[in-house]
Amino acid sequence: MREFKILLVLIFFTLLVYWGVEPYAHSKMHHHVEPGNFKYEDLKAINYKGDPAKGKELIVNAGCTGCHGIKAAKMPAPMPKDAAAASFGVAPPDLSDAGLIYDSNFLKHFILNPSHAMLNAKKFNAKKPFPMPQFFGTGGDKNKEVSDIVAYLKSIAPKELSDKETFIAACGRCHAVKYNKWSQLGNVPKFKTKTQKLAFELKLSQYQDHVKKYMGAVPPDLSIMIRARSEEHLMTFIDNPQKLLKGTSMPRVGLTKESTEKVISYLSSVGDSKKAERESLIPKVIGYLIIFTLFAYLWKSKLWREVH
Amino acid sequence: MAEIRKAESLYDWFDQRLAITKLNKVLATEYWVPKDINFLWAMGVILMTMFGILFISGLFLLMYYKPDTHMAFDSVNYTIMQEVAYGWLWRHMHAVAASVVFLVIYIHMFVAIYYGSYKRGREMIWISGMLLFMLFSAAGFSGYMLPWGQMSYWAAQVITNIFGAIPFIGPDLVIWIRGNFFVSDPTLTRFFMLHVLLLPLVIMATIGLHFYSLRIPHVNNQEGEHFDFEEEAEKYKAGKKKESKVIPFWPVFISKDLFVVGVFLIFYFYLVGFNYEFAMDPINFDPANYMKTPTHIYPEWYFLWSYEILRGFFFPIAGISPFNLGLMGFAIANGVFLILPWLDRSPVVAPAHKRGGFKIWFWLMLIDMIGLTIFGKVPPNHVYLVGNYDITPWFGFTFTVGFFILLFIALPIITMKERKRAGGVK
Repeated sequence: MREFKILLVLIFFTLLVYWGVEPYAHSKMHHHVEPGNFKYEDLKAINYKGDPAKGKELIVNAGCTGCHGIKAAKMPAPMPKDAAAASFGVAPPDLSDAGLIYDSNFLKHFILNPSHAMLNAKKFNAKKPFPMPQFFGTGGDKNKEVSDIVAYLKSIAPKELSDKETFIAACGRCHAVKYNKWSQLGNVPKFKTKTQKLAFELKLSQYQDHVKKYMGAVPPDLSIMIRARSEEHLMTFIDNPQKLLKGTSMPRVGLTKESTEKVISYLSSVGDSKKAERESLIPKVIGYLIIFTLFAYLWKSKLWREVH
Repeated sequence: MAEIRKAESLYDWFDQRLAITKLNKVLATEYWVPKDINFLWAMGVILMTMFGILFISGLFLLMYYKPDTHMAFDSVNYTIMQEVAYGWLWRHMHAVAASVVFLVIYIHMFVAIYYGSYKRGREMIWISGMLLFMLFSAAGFSGYMLPWGQMSYWAAQVITNIFGAIPFIGPDLVIWIRGNFFVSDPTLTRFFMLHVLLLPLVIMATIGLHFYSLRIPHVNNQEGEHFDFEEEAEKYKAGKKKESKVIPFWPVFISKDLFVVGVFLIFYFYLVGFNYEFAMDPINFDPANYMKTPTHIYPEWYFLWSYEILRGFFFPIAGISPFNLGLMGFAIANGVFLILPWLDRSPVVAPAHKRGGFKIWFWLMLIDMIGLTIFGKVPPNHVYLVGNYDITPWFGFTFTVGFFILLFIALPIITMKERKRAGGVK
């Protein structure tokens, strides 16, 4: 009985310390932030039923394809990635998947005024404008026109993307994931010669220099970001980076909730690749220890009966 | 030289040369431990088990770890955590063991304080134990640097900087410790050496000293009762096991310890698999970046109480700046427990609940150190406001001052009164 009381005292103080240094102290370090809902409610709803056929014309007439490739419509990128980064700071994305991974209303606002939708307007001004110009329309109602463009993007988008494809489309032009051999220039190829390797590294390094000039720093490698930040943190951050890291140059990208979950699932598969093994092995170890402890208890009881 | 005869068996051959029968008696079957104990007496064996786990998991990690600032982070987080079969297991085991070993050390310490096991002949047990605590702290700190994450780097920056405050030699000392003007590759490599070579060696030697120091004064018991071990041992050997006040280390004492170790390991492996962030701080999964200071820098939980003393002073007292007061407090706090046997002025060896004022002192001391630990992690400013007035720093200050009052004023006074009641020193 006395030993039980001692154990309870021990557990109480251990839990008190744990509570104090973990949940309590952390709640005082980080202000509570409401988790994101991926609705982008600050952007007014633009309710037009877009016409994909008109959108297809608009996307060429408005000059989008002067910078963006659309592989799904057999339009290659007009410039190679490294040259594009030299001009714009970062290679403009291929638009094939945009209709699937981005929120439609966000996309409309993004086309109308990119840095406003991305919440990084402060980083840009007349002297250093955002590389993608605002869309002022081609003569008609610009809200209707962006709806047509978005309708077109949705019509050409694939039905489904894998976790990694979603990551590449949404994050992969700025962020590397070296533990999965992903670089800002694409998958790191196998090199036959040292010259090839150095040539690739030079190109990558130049690309990163452009991004650095554009963003202020090379965006972090995301290989084990899942261990550095929790899933909830990343969900909230992607929904609105400014909420957790005020002033960051990471833009709000406007992913849908489903796409964000895919990105996080990819990061988890790379950064915590042994999770499944861990969660299946440790219960077995504990099972073994429970049996060990039972036998130890029986042995102890037998020996201590003799001395008491 | 002993007379060597023809061996009757392999055992006999060794026995003649190594006296294994006698050795086994001295170390195990006739090493006598009091019978009147509870499970708190198993902490030593738990600590040995944890040290064993740290040592073995450390060997495996050492096979893949690269002590180089360009490679350290990836060698831990990619090679060990992802590529090597079960590398993650060794890493999680090592990191979690390094953290919970301190929980057990603190329990071990507070048990010794509660039962008065640090005085009347047991001073060397206590002192060698405190040396082990300091050595484990050094091992914990140097090991934390090795993954070369953000917290590795900035903790190293902050802690090595402390030495700069030592008068005259401080600034040169910091450069000497770091091997450079700032924390960098030579710093990592030398702390690697400390962590995997020098400290484990000294720890093992000190564990030997700690065990040896138990031999003469013997292990204390639940009531602080003083008795003749040899007499009680004779009773046990004569078969009066129930009557005797002692039990042999093997198998009686160890059988209970193994049971307690089993229970503890269940808890430990639960942490290894499912709740490890307290020991593997997420921030340390960001690679070290000397250009980017983390918003909050804090040490591992087991250093928080002394860290809070370091930053607990926030206004000058008697013309000494709060910075210097903090450093002095920090230095004293880290050494004060070594002289605990002399701060306690009473000869009474008994559990705290039988020692009146000491009982209250014990629980206040425990609460004070927990308070320091918790407020050591809470940011030092702008957390608690009364109107516009920031009362946050007062918490740390109060617990810090409380710590010194308890140890340097309350403890001597309480125990001097106790000594008087007990009729002075015998």
